[in-house]
Parts: sequence; structure tokens; C-alpha cells
Amino acid sequence: MRKLLLVGFIVCLAGLPATVLAAGKAFQHWTTSNGVGVYFYPSTTLPMLDVRIVYAAGSARDGDQLGVAAMTSGLMGSGAGGMDANALATEFERVGAQFDAGALRDMAWVTLRTLTLDGMLDPAIDALATVLGKPDFPEDELELVRQQLLTGLQNAEQDPADIAEKAFYKAVYSDHPYGRSAEREDIQALSRAQVEGFFRQYYVSGNARLSLVGNLDRAAAEALAERIVQHMPSGDPAPALPAVAPLKEAKTIRIAHPSEQSHILVGQPGVARGAPEHFALYIANHGFGGSGFASTLMTEVRVKRGLVYSVYSYFSPMQRKGPFIIGLQTRNDQVEEALGVVHDNLTAFIKHGPTEEAYDASIRNITGGSALRSDTNAKLAQYASLIGFYDLPLDYLDLFNDRITQVSREQTYEAFKATVDVNKLVTVIVGGESR
Amino acid sequence: MTVMRHRILLLLGAILAFGAHAAPQTKTLDNGLRVVVDVDHRAPVVVHQLWYKVGSVSEDNGISGISHVLEHMMFKGTEAHPSGEFSDIIARNGGRENAFTSREYTAYFQQIGVDRLELMMELEADRMRNLQLNVEELRRELQVVLEERRSRVEDRPRSQLFEHFMATAYLSSSERLPVIGWPEDIKALEVEDLEQWYARWYAPNNAVLVVVGDVDPEAVFKLAEQHYGPIKAGKPTTLKARPEVAQRGMRRIEMRLPAKLPYLVMGFKTPSLGTLDNPDEAYALEVLAGILDGGASARFTRNIVRGRKLAAGAGVGYSMDKTGDALFLVDGTPLPGTSVSDLEAALFEELDAIKRDGVEASELDRVKAQVIANDVFQKDAMFARAQIIGRLEIMGFGHEVAAAYVERIQAVTADQVQAVARKYLVKDRLTVGVLIPESPPGDATAPDASEGGQNDA
Repeated sequence: MRKLLLVGFIVCLAGLPATVLAAGKAFQHWTTSNGVGVYFYPSTTLPMLDVRIVYAAGSARDGDQLGVAAMTSGLMGSGAGGMDANALATEFERVGAQFDAGALRDMAWVTLRTLTLDGMLDPAIDALATVLGKPDFPEDELELVRQQLLTGLQNAEQDPADIAEKAFYKAVYSDHPYGRSAEREDIQALSRAQVEGFFRQYYVSGNARLSLVGNLDRAAAEALAERIVQHMPSGDPAPALPAVAPLKEAKTIRIAHPSEQSHILVGQPGVARGAPEHFALYIANHGFGGSGFASTLMTEVRVKRGLVYSVYSYFSPMQRKGPFIIGLQTRNDQVEEALGVVHDNLTAFIKHGPTEEAYDASIRNITGGSALRSDTNAKLAQYASLIGFYDLPLDYLDLFNDRITQVSREQTYEAFKATVDVNKLVTVIVGGESR
Repeated sequence: MTVMRHRILLLLGAILAFGAHAAPQTKTLDNGLRVVVDVDHRAPVVVHQLWYKVGSVSEDNGISGISHVLEHMMFKGTEAHPSGEFSDIIARNGGRENAFTSREYTAYFQQIGVDRLELMMELEADRMRNLQLNVEELRRELQVVLEERRSRVEDRPRSQLFEHFMATAYLSSSERLPVIGWPEDIKALEVEDLEQWYARWYAPNNAVLVVVGDVDPEAVFKLAEQHYGPIKAGKPTTLKARPEVAQRGMRRIEMRLPAKLPYLVMGFKTPSLGTLDNPDEAYALEVLAGILDGGASARFTRNIVRGRKLAAGAGVGYSMDKTGDALFLVDGTPLPGTSVSDLEAALFEELDAIKRDGVEASELDRVKAQVIANDVFQKDAMFARAQIIGRLEIMGFGHEVAAAYVERIQAVTADQVQAVARKYLVKDRLTVGVLIPESPPGDATAPDASEGGQNDA
């Protein structure tokens, strides 16, 4: 079902809260002979390996061919090196390996999880190298992916959460690449030549980062990295995306939908990954809406008033300013009341910042939870990719707790005030009758 | 193919030789609380889960959803730790917590630095018996649960269909009830109902404690004795048997809902670990599910999605770990140009092909290799391991089932797979549910029922 997810506008990697790892979790780094940056962490207790390749090839790179990033990603694994999709899938699955691919706005990725035992590792690695370097983009597979993308769009049209997210990004980013998304006609117009062209430009050595986490020593990892990228076309990094323009005024968008609940998103452009104020914003938001039951929004909107099941806020740092988002869902006739509570609390938060007690609780939760954020190979592999993709320091995770504790209460609140303008918020409400 | 099978045996040996994972340690306290500890030293953290054997199958019409509402109310505090304090303590200590309710169980969990395990036990043991329920908190929380229901069910066409589908497939068993409850039942719940439910089911002899992490089992048993040991056992809480009446013929429902995509779900009554004296058939059904839908090379994707291009996706669901009758679920969403009935016929052709011709040795080997690999992959996450142990223990099958799973699957033969397909994937055991998209008034863009498709299996 992975292909259907591509158009789901999920905020997955980009939506992860800024992350913390326990001390001693620095990644090893080198560059393959054809120029792919490698990020490696040896983890030898289980006979398995996680491989992730990330490219600056998300939908922000669509240009005028909206949907081409999603379609290219959807075709990774669907025929390569003369093997058809069934043969490739069999190569992975007969040794128990799991292959996947996907794309969001900044990033496209290909992942493999495999055993490292003799006879099981090699077939999966060979198939992966073929997929990465020699895709055939067969016509019939392309038509199948096109149909799946179209049904994915229809699915999004019956889901108020998807409708809200699409409208939100459009309102916050308008003509910026983050704001555009493919419609039916765009998907229908895509050609094989466009997919092939997109691959040749973006799925290339200079635009790729490779992460390896698992049961390998350094020498084996270096050799394996060479094999994985051996067929990858050479090419340059993608150019920088344009800067995000600030919003000029508040906007409210109401979309009718036959649902009992309204899905509400409120927000603005927020912060870029790697920006110095990111830590301060992360701490500020943690207490406001980023820490579940410990957050102000949950206490005020759910616990005290019973207006919602879910309410949250987060900064989603991206290559350019990713959004600050407040999200909630409530019965259609409670929308105004719930929005009022959110606005009052946001206004108060901007005016006064977190209390000493809330600030202290956030610091304790963030720093105290560091071990939990690096307790699986899967999580380490995601962070390796994040560090590689956004050019963060290799010991970013080891340093994270220090960076958090260096931020004072006043700095968190100054950063939040400078970033979030309560008079220029985008508000999207999907649900209920036409208004 | 014998080459492949030989390789699988070698592989199993290689995994066992790879620093064999010690078996979980167990102890039952005098008050009946069963404690299971699984050691993992990879990170200085611990998963602490307390499971109660109560869920929607314990309920009846009129009080459906009460187990889930009680789960929500368990966060409302005790005399020693008033509302919100438990969550605050966990947050300040860098931990995470939540709870979940299912058909057969309710569980509470925390993930936290291993030096905080004792604190978790102190807090969890306190709310096993000392929960304070009040009218005002309940009134607000019922609103929260109704919002949860709107998100999960009312505004998701496929979820709505699935609720009605389950209530059609099961008649006399409480499997028919939705875990979250029918809306009118939720609204009518009162504090007294919850107090009785809490008193009846929340007791050490109706619970299993699972601890996975960087711990020493003996030290965990000692802590458990100290914090959970003083709680008195409750009265034994067995439900009267409420078996499902035998099905004698196919059942079919349709639902017309505001939606864009049609959807088809089919369920065959099948046995489970709980209903079989000899579990061989349950393992064969697990393999059958993998043959049909175990990846992009499995039959549904190869033949229905890629080959005939009839569906955006098609899936299978079967879990053998249930105490009552299970359902072998098959679902899918047609692509444009294919009707639901064409897709239904095509899925049946796939099932019939297995009944008629059996399965290839290469398919069987593929499923077995995947099961071996998944068993290793699952060990990457302590939380997932705790889940598996907890489920098996609370349903009375024992955590040993997990350790033996890989070998049991390796023993399944092609003949056994064909035999369970012939015996159970028959129309007399079948319930079919169809979602028919309906345009809301004035919506000219909604397609008719023959268009479009996606599958959420």
C-alpha cells in the first residue's frame, strides 16, 4: 500500500519532533567513490541491517510537472535492470527483506531492512543496487501507479484531515513549492519521459545520502556502501529551494464536508531545519502543544472542557521554513468555542511565555527522554538520514541535551514571539454544511 | 526448492547461534498477578505494561464501550495522586505513557529510563484499586470519547462499514460490539456503571504485568512483590461462555455513505488458538494469509493489482491469537472501470485457485523466510516485544507461543495450507460488506459506485 501513501500529505519524517539521542550516538561518515555521503552506526546485537537512501527529490522539486516526484518514487522497485516488478519483489521477499519507497515535500527515500546472515544479505543488496541505478520505468507499471495516485487523490477527497492539510499548505505557502500539490489533470498528464528526466536529475550521487545502521563493522560497511550505489547515475545536488515569504494577513478558509466533526488547522511558516532558533522554538512548543497530556492545549481544550479527543501543535522544520501547526477536531457546532480557547491560549502564551514551572518541566522531559529516542535501529536509521539530508553535525544527537539546557526560559519565549504572529494566522476549517 | 528449504534450516541455526536471546522469566505473586520479564540491555530504558483481561467481548448491548471509557477515566487520579499528577510525574522524568483497549484486553504502559521503574510500579499499583471516579469528570470525558468516535468511525466510511460488518458476521458473541461502543451506549454510561466495572475486573488475579528492558528479572520480581504484592486478590471473574451460533449460509450487507471510493470486505469464520485443541490449522491459516498477501510478490498484488489491474490494493488479515472464533478477512478497493462485484469474483478466483491447485513450494519458502526475518526485526523494538508477550499471556496462551512460532510455521506443509483453504474459505462461513459511495446533496463531483478505489488494509 506504500504507493497510496505518497499523495496522502503525511508529515512523517519532516514532522518528527526535534530529536535527542543518548550520549555516544555519533555517526560515522565518509563518501563513496562516486560521491554519495554515507552515515553509519554499527549495532551488532541483532543480525539485521537498515539501509536508507534519501534524495532531495520530494514534491517541492515537481516544478511545472506536478506529481512527478510522487510518480517517480512510486515506480522505484517497479522494474529495473530488465527484471519486472514481480521478479524484483521476489528477490527481496524470498530472503525476508522489506523494501519500501516514498516521498514528501523535501525528501524522497528508498529503504531496505534485511538480515545480514550469509545468503540472505547479498540478494537483497544486489536487487537494491539495481533498483537505485537501473530503473526501467515500464509503461504498464507507470499506468498502474498513475491509477493508484488518482485513487489516492479520491481517497484524500473523502478524508476531512487530508482536505484540511492540503488547503492549509496552499494557504500558508501559496506559490512556493511547498504549497503546490498535484490534481487529477496533473497526474493524468505525466509522461514516462518526464519521470525518466526527473530520475536523471534528482536520483543521482550528488543528491543522495546513504544511511547504514546494523550488524556491520566499518570495513564491511564501506564495501557494502560501494555496492549499493555502484550503478547510481552521477549528478549534482539539487539547487536550494526559494525562500518562504511571510504571510501578509490572517486568512480563514472554510470548506464544507459531510462529516460530523470539523478538522481545524491553524498556523504559519515556522522554522528551517538547522536554524539557530529551532531549539528555543522546540522547547517553547513542547509545553504549549507538543507534549500530549502535559501540554497547555490538551489541558485547556480537552481535559477542562471536553471539546476534543486530539489537540496538538508542532514546528515541522524543513529545508526552508516548514510550518508551525496547531491541529484539533471537534463536533461541528463547537468549532467557534474550541477555536476561541486555542486563540486565547496562544495569545496569552505569546504575551507571557511559559511559566518557570512549565519551562522546567519541558527541559526535564526533553533531556530525560533522550535514551528512549535511540533505543531501536529503526530510529537510529531515521536520524542518520535526517543528519545527512539537512547537513547537521554528526554528533548532533550527543550535543542535543546540551543545546536544550543552554536555552533560557526568556529565549524560548522571545523566539516564539518572533516567529508566531497571532494577527497573521491561517485557519482552515473542514466539515459541516457550506457556510 | 529443496535447496531453499535447506537454506532456511541453516538460517534458523545461524540465528540461534547469534547470541541466543534468553527466554522471558515469569513469576506469579500470591495474589494471582502474573509477572513476565524480558531482558534487553541495548539501551538503559524499560517498558512497563499492565494488562487486564477485560475488553469489549466482556460487554453487552447497553454498556458497550464501558471498558474503553474506564481506560480514559483511569487517568483521572487517586487520593494519593490526584488527576493529572501521574502524567506530570512521567513527563518530568522523560517518559511516555498511554493505554489501549481492545476486544479482549485493556492495557496501560509507560516507557522510561530504567531507574524510574519502581516509580512506575508505585503509580500503576495505586490506580489498580484506588481510582476516584466523579460525575463531572465523567461527563466531560464522555464528550472526549464521543469526539474520538467521530474521528475513528463516524467520519471514516470504511470504519463505519466495518462496524456494521462485524455486527453482521457475529450474532450471539460480543465480538459483534465495537470496542469504542455504540454512541447511545456511551452517552448513557454513569459513574455507578464504571465503579462496578472497575471493581469487577481491576484486580491482580485478572492482570498480567510485562516488563521489558535493561533489567534483572529477580530485581523486577522483588519490586513487583513490594508494590503489587499487598493488593488483595479480587473475586474470580469469569464470564459465562457466549459462543457464536453456527453460521449456515452467506451473509451480505451494503452501506450507502457519503464517500468517493467503493470498498469491499469479506470475512470467513475460522478457528483460532483459543478454539482449536490442535493448533496446526491456525498456523496453516497464518501461512495462507502470507501466500495471498505477504508482500509485493504475493498473489493478490501479483495477480489482482499488477496482473489484472482490478484493484488499487487488496489485502488479507488473520490473527490466530484470539480466544473465540477468528475471521479470515479479505478486502480490496476496485480501480476505475472495475465494479465491486467483479473484484469480489476475482478475489474468489484467487481463493479457488489455492483450493484447486494448492500452493507452490517457492511461495511457501518465501513466507517461511519472511517469518524468520520478521522474528528478528521485531526484536529491534522493546515495545513490540512487550506487546506480543502481553497479548499471549492475557489471553492465556503463554509467551512460549511466540518463541515457538517460527518453528511451528516452518513445519507447515503445502497440503495443510490447501486443506485449510478448502475447509474454511467457503461461502457458508462468509460475510460480505460493501461500501457504496453516495453523493451528498448538491455534490456533482462524487463518482458513482463503479469508480475509483483504495484499500486501507
